[in-house]
Amino acid sequence: MRQLTVISGKGGTGKTTITAAFASLAKNAVVADCDVDAPDLHLLLSPDVQETIDFHGLKVARKREDRCTSCGVCRAHCTFNAIGEDLDIIADRCEGCGVCEFVCPEEAIDLVDRLSGHAYRSVMRFGPMAHARLDTGEESSGKLVTLVRNLARRTAMDVGADIVIIDGPPGIGCPVIASIAGVDLVLVVTEPTLSGSHDLERILGVAEHFGVPAVVCINRYDINQDISDRIATHCMERGLDVVGRLPYDNDAIRAMISRMTVTEYSEGTLSNEVRTMWERVRRMLG
Amino acid sequence: MRIVVASGKGGTGKTTVAVNMALSVGNVQLIDCDVEEPNCHLFLDAELEKVRDVNLRVPRFDMDVCTRCGICSEACHFNAIAVVKGELLFFPELCHACGLCPLVCPEGAIGEGERKIGRIDRGETGSIEFYRGVLDVGEPMATPVIRELKAHLSGRDAILDAPPGASCPVIESLQGSDYCILVTEPTPFGAYDLSIAVDLARRLGIPFGVVINRDGIGDACVDEYCEREGIDIIMRIPNDARIARLYSEGIPFVNELRERKEDFARVFDRIRKEVVG
Repeated sequence: MRQLTVISGKGGTGKTTITAAFASLAKNAVVADCDVDAPDLHLLLSPDVQETIDFHGLKVARKREDRCTSCGVCRAHCTFNAIGEDLDIIADRCEGCGVCEFVCPEEAIDLVDRLSGHAYRSVMRFGPMAHARLDTGEESSGKLVTLVRNLARRTAMDVGADIVIIDGPPGIGCPVIASIAGVDLVLVVTEPTLSGSHDLERILGVAEHFGVPAVVCINRYDINQDISDRIATHCMERGLDVVGRLPYDNDAIRAMISRMTVTEYSEGTLSNEVRTMWERVRRMLG
Repeated sequence: MRIVVASGKGGTGKTTVAVNMALSVGNVQLIDCDVEEPNCHLFLDAELEKVRDVNLRVPRFDMDVCTRCGICSEACHFNAIAVVKGELLFFPELCHACGLCPLVCPEGAIGEGERKIGRIDRGETGSIEFYRGVLDVGEPMATPVIRELKAHLSGRDAILDAPPGASCPVIESLQGSDYCILVTEPTPFGAYDLSIAVDLARRLGIPFGVVINRDGIGDACVDEYCEREGIDIIMRIPNDARIARLYSEGIPFVNELRERKEDFARVFDRIRKEVVG
């Protein structure tokens, strides 16, 4: 079984549009939405949830008021400023490290599970899908990403799927690292803007750091041809394949509004280019 | 007054709004909290200088004293320490630098070390004082860099450019702010991710308003959502090829489209009235 992650560094370059199109073009795939903070893939694929799994992220400290003597030792030791002046625990800041529990002389603090979100095993019109929703403001999205990837992998084994297609989050931090660790290929979607090419450089660095092969797609390449050419040249110098140059096309948004993938929605140039890119990527995955 | 520019969805125009607003009102601090992919500097004519490294206070193990008892490994909630076949293994990227392991070690074998995970840069352009945090490539934890970055808030008016999403780095950016501008685009993705950001702002009790960027590009779902929820739309930036072109080249559009400067200044004043009361 092969795994492909679509990432971008910069947000809004078209990861989800492309992942959804791939989902509709792949023959025997499981799709995973690993942007657990702000997942959008379900808006295009309309999954039917089969199973909901509670996600417990970091633990959280809980104080027993009847035992607390207000000595303040916990507050003095907390690295995360998660204990206020009134010695109340600020759950938004607590990382569940257990220092307060350990230092409290009265055993007035313990760590408890907190429900931080849900993961879903679903089916949609193109096959199985794993996705999740991190509760607003929760931590450890990397752990939830790993849970979604495990769900997707297990489902792929159960149904005999030969590929897992992963929609990654923006950025370069913990959920991104969790989304690309150990995959066979990442497709980096960029756009020809200064921001896009700056962010491309950093996300390629992350892929390289973790030893994951990368290929590049320049989306809306025609909004600034000069920058597109610069990106392409730069990729060539780094020995990276540019597997797609997609034109700016309002079909992407029209398809989104119709809750369809762009390849379902139209037979236009954009759709054709996405198809060609998928064939390339599929061949590369072997 | 401290204003944070945020959004659930990435690529909606947070940086555009933060930079153009700062340039329009002047005499503010501009702080780039998107330390994973900081982009404000691309639009600013400012020479950047490193202010300092961001270091995490990580454990340092004295292997001559360590008996490989494994107590630290059992205590660590982040699985950053393991004892395997009589060897102690430390995984620095998993360490949250909480300081628990030195406390639990019965041998006093764990001291304090430092590990660099990023840096803070500073620059100036006109009357704007600019700071940004940069997370090192390969490092997972953005929050400590943002925390360090916010230590440079001086108390004058500040505009903070937040990272996308709604999890820990966004919360760290939002905490302590007086107002939050949520930037979105009028598409189903934009509307859905806006609702996530609105949940967060409400949970943190921070007043907020919405900026619709690329207005006209999609459908009416964001307008309908805001209407339903009674949310103020404080600005609309049209879907304009000139603006897109300027953005692609790293030029703040208020420098070319002067009338837009007044729009931003007006919105800023309006926010101040709402915050001050």
